[in-house]
Amino acid sequence: MLTKRLIACLDVQNGRTVKGTNFVNLRDAGDPVALAARYAQEGIDELVLLDITATVEKRRTLIELVRNVAREVNIPFTVGGGIGAVADVEALLLSGADKVSLNSSVLREPGLIDELARRFGSQAIVVAVDARQTNDAAQGPADEAWEVFTHGGRHPVGREAVAWCREAAERGAGELLLTSMSHDGTRDGYALGFTRAVAAGVGVPVIASGGAGAAPHFRDVLLPGGADAALAASVFHFGDLSVAGLKSYLLAEGVAMRPAV
Amino acid sequence: MNIAVIDYQGGNVQSVLFALERLGVTNAVLTSDPDAIRGADRVLFPGEGEASSAMRALRAAGLDRVLPTLTQPFLGICLGMQLLGRHSQEGPAGGTELLGMLPFDVVRFTPPDAAHKVPHMGWNNLHDLQTPLFAGLGGVGDTEAVALPTAADYVYFVHSYYAPVGDYTIAQASYPAGVPFSAGVRHRNFYGVQFHVEKSGPVGEQILHNFLTGDLG
Repeated sequence: MLTKRLIACLDVQNGRTVKGTNFVNLRDAGDPVALAARYAQEGIDELVLLDITATVEKRRTLIELVRNVAREVNIPFTVGGGIGAVADVEALLLSGADKVSLNSSVLREPGLIDELARRFGSQAIVVAVDARQTNDAAQGPADEAWEVFTHGGRHPVGREAVAWCREAAERGAGELLLTSMSHDGTRDGYALGFTRAVAAGVGVPVIASGGAGAAPHFRDVLLPGGADAALAASVFHFGDLSVAGLKSYLLAEGVAMRPAV
Repeated sequence: MNIAVIDYQGGNVQSVLFALERLGVTNAVLTSDPDAIRGADRVLFPGEGEASSAMRALRAAGLDRVLPTLTQPFLGICLGMQLLGRHSQEGPAGGTELLGMLPFDVVRFTPPDAAHKVPHMGWNNLHDLQTPLFAGLGGVGDTEAVALPTAADYVYFVHSYYAPVGDYTIAQASYPAGVPFSAGVRHRNFYGVQFHVEKSGPVGEQILHNFLTGDLG
């Protein structure tokens, strides 16, 4: 049967991984290619490379990196971070990326989703949605209000998040990457109510992101939360959870998983 | 061995070339030249994106007439597999006429509930495997149904349309659970896999290796 996916996210700047890792046996933990290959070998289901470089050299460095990852890694990966132009998307896909993730650019110009999906297929187009809870939901998850934010959760764009997710899917996004800025970095668990609202209301696969700190958090977002995939960065990078150990735990908890090799 | 990867602006060919490289094949040729394709020992036919644009590109290159005449082992991947069929529901009004090399019609997934998303995206296990293309994987050569899934059975799928199971089916996967579709097809020398063999970890590498070295006549 179709399994749920575990995704490791690598933050990349100027071609190097920026968050520290404590992988032993890895010669250069700052080398995204080595790190990506290591995760693939350990049984991660997919990878996301998030480019946070903000220079004019960005595109060339990123394309070179994508080629090198595609050369070494035998599982699918998505590239995101400041991608806006059709030509950038084309160059990244032709270099071996399986999907590109778009965020601010499609909020500014939603029609870009339609254009990219027509041109490259929905399977290659991920829309990333950063959202923040804007009320205290005293009555429970059904009362949660979520709005779309940009700039690391600082700028509200004045859109209700579930409605934007639905529009993105209708325009042709093949997958949604949800990040709760209210949970990101807390390690207290994913945003279950928000994830569930999108997963139940939108017909495309949903990746949950933000808040992973322990194995039960993954179970909760994949089963009651209804996510198709769970993304994490630091719990993997710092070795709090091993891919194989987490998969064994999730299988035992009744989550459909591709077993780690 | 000469290996041709068909180039028709049909998507992520670079990943297929890299997967071949990881298996030690560094001389694969990316080409749309009919003579180069006819002269190859193995032909790979990747595909991504949308069926009607892919067919338009194939016709523009004259490949719709060349491909059915090939006699060497041939492997369509993902959309490249679907294009071997007769007709797809994908495309503007009425769908798209395909190459007609295998007798199936490609249809869209119609999930029974909101828990089943389209595209069918992620790792799913293969079952009911046949032919040496799947040598070394669970179930090949066994008379019993494939037992409990193991890591070895999983491959990566991304698709919204599928070929139903028929006489041509050589591998199945199920979506939703219990509802099988064609994960692999074959007619004579023409093989196809719905999953991304080039992105399916060690299992995908085994299948590609089998395609390059197996007796697939």
